[in-house]
Amino acid sequence: MQATSHAGYAGNHDHDSHGHPTGWKRWVTTTNHKDIGTMYLWFSFVMFLVGGAMSLIIRAELFAPGLQYVSPEFYNQMLTLHALIMVFGAIMPAFVGFANWMIPMMIGASDMAFARLNNWSFWLLPPAAILLTASLFMPGGAAGTGWTLYPPLSVQMGMGMDMAIFAVHILGMSSIMGSINIVTTILNLRTPGMTLMKMPLFCWTWLVTGFLLIASMPILAGAVTMLLTDRHFGTSFFAAAGGGDPVLFQHIFWFFGHPEVYIIALPAFGVVSHVIPAFSRKPLFGYASMVYAIAAIGLISFFVWAHHMYVTGIPLTGQLYFMYATMLIAVPTGVKVFNWVTTMWRGSLTFETPMLFALGFLVLFTIGGLTGLVLAMTAVDIQLQDTYYVVAHFHYVMVAGALFSAYAGLYFWLPKWTGHMYNEKLGKLHFWLSMIFFNIAFFPQHFLGLAGMPRRIPDYAQQFADFNVISGIGAFGFGFSQLLVLVIVFQAVKGGAKASSRPWDGAHGLEWTVPSPAPYHTFEDPPVFNQAEAHG
Amino acid sequence: MNPALDPLAATPVAARPPARPRSNWRVVAILLTVVVGSLLFVSLQPRLYQAFCDWTGLYDIDRAERVATSSIPARPVTLEFDANSHDGGLKFSPKTTSIVARTGEIVHVVYRIENTLDRTVIGQAIPSYGPQYAGGYVKKLDCFCFKQQTFAAHEVREMPVVFLLEQRLPEEVNTVTLSYTFFEVPAGSAKASATASDGGK
Repeated sequence: MQATSHAGYAGNHDHDSHGHPTGWKRWVTTTNHKDIGTMYLWFSFVMFLVGGAMSLIIRAELFAPGLQYVSPEFYNQMLTLHALIMVFGAIMPAFVGFANWMIPMMIGASDMAFARLNNWSFWLLPPAAILLTASLFMPGGAAGTGWTLYPPLSVQMGMGMDMAIFAVHILGMSSIMGSINIVTTILNLRTPGMTLMKMPLFCWTWLVTGFLLIASMPILAGAVTMLLTDRHFGTSFFAAAGGGDPVLFQHIFWFFGHPEVYIIALPAFGVVSHVIPAFSRKPLFGYASMVYAIAAIGLISFFVWAHHMYVTGIPLTGQLYFMYATMLIAVPTGVKVFNWVTTMWRGSLTFETPMLFALGFLVLFTIGGLTGLVLAMTAVDIQLQDTYYVVAHFHYVMVAGALFSAYAGLYFWLPKWTGHMYNEKLGKLHFWLSMIFFNIAFFPQHFLGLAGMPRRIPDYAQQFADFNVISGIGAFGFGFSQLLVLVIVFQAVKGGAKASSRPWDGAHGLEWTVPSPAPYHTFEDPPVFNQAEAHG
Repeated sequence: MNPALDPLAATPVAARPPARPRSNWRVVAILLTVVVGSLLFVSLQPRLYQAFCDWTGLYDIDRAERVATSSIPARPVTLEFDANSHDGGLKFSPKTTSIVARTGEIVHVVYRIENTLDRTVIGQAIPSYGPQYAGGYVKKLDCFCFKQQTFAAHEVREMPVVFLLEQRLPEEVNTVTLSYTFFEVPAGSAKASATASDGGK
């Protein structure tokens, strides 16, 4: 993942003439989009391992009924931090890392629009991560409310909650700055001739995601700020004792929270929209409809929030509206799935690791989407609210959706970043282990949910024991398989077969016109953009 | 756009001069407007939510209560407050001993507790009512008695209780006494029920 090698760069610009710091100072002071992208990706991988370890603590406790290893309080803290770290620390920064690395190279820009802001966006993340993890060691422990931070519990918890609130503030600032940067880059720095409708789809997904982040992050910041003042300054936004309403928090939280789901999913769609055409050796089917689908998903995502709140007592008209609006999202999403499948239709398919992960994404994300439709139905959701069915659903869309897509992107662009091909055998092993163990871990959770096992409880009734054992085996298998990524990435950084500038014969786009590894500075003059590298 | 099949492959798409460059700061200004708009939107939420709920009658959690009691006029009732400590060493007293409040009105009173001992005391206040059956009409929204309390040596603390008297309070009751007794929790069982409530009433 490191583009440290400057050797072999044959550009016209003497990039060393201005001299940049080396060693650790290089990484602290860097404003280079590739360095920052690399840091984002490493940061997200470290957080992925931390969050993953927490999920294994959860699964270990659930391996048998009764309380074995941890107290219920610690269990709650684990599941809260697991979610917050995975969402804000692992998946979101991973796709920001991809955006940093790839968007300037895809649109023929020399760097991001605001290079110093970019540095700051990244360096806000480690303090937030430290706040979150250090809160475990505070009196009373970390926040144990679940990532939704619902009052009244979040108004009552100890100072770990305050640290989580500040971490969310910092992460929000980082996301907003990063998004402003990405949107400005996409709108202003495209090479001449690259119109919006010829732009790579990954850029389109990020353009919409950027707007979603800019509009929704302040909402979350506002919600947690109100929590903070309820906790410490005697206000009663949510505290019932003073006339507040805890349900208001749920409305505000999910007004942020539902767009957040698509903030995670859209860039994943973007990556897959590059990988599937490349390994099908065909242009993406229905480019324009993909763009409209992305925009439609982004827009509708702001108007469906209360489908998370069917049991709060919203009136029948509200339930009906939110049910139909939620089902409406399946239309543009279905368009996308249809287009990906049609892209493969009669293509010259090969199944290298990126393609395998993209296909794994396609199959499992569709299953997750289908259970999402099931949950959208109010009558069914009232049965399934807060059961493991919901847990299975969102892990199918978050892990098999976002994470598998991130892996597809990682293997797809790793040769461009390191200049070496990764170990294909290990890559395929990583895919199959992930695919099999993922399903062992999460498919039984559908059955558990349908049978009524509640989520966020460390103990369960005897009849759930067998499926929890299966799920536990899958989770540990999945968790340890992910260490393979470290091996594969280190191997590719250290050496391996030389990658050509276009290691995938079906890939197209400006990023494949620069050498591998990508030189430290690319496209200092806007490249000539011709039909061969155009999308759309 | 397979380059091999596309006759335009080698032709630059744009022979025309690059479009007038847009200022980065203009884009940032627009995006910051969105951020500020979102912040404004969320900061108005409590008020908008209240207005929306009033307008539609949604989430009107008191409505059933009000419908049930609307025919009963609110009336003044004398409230008396009392406090005792079951174990010596704690000085426990209400800051107000008596007030007159109307039924349905939210009452906020403060109790004061002082640990005169040289050690930490963990305990919980247990309420009782006079007359006993009036307890069924006292609706507590928040109370220090909901939780176990820990007092450091010589700590002094003031603690609130927020409640209202239901309008259904039987007519013959004109005075309600709310009395708390503070019990120290035996060392071994402290924290066992950190969120134990007094039954909510």
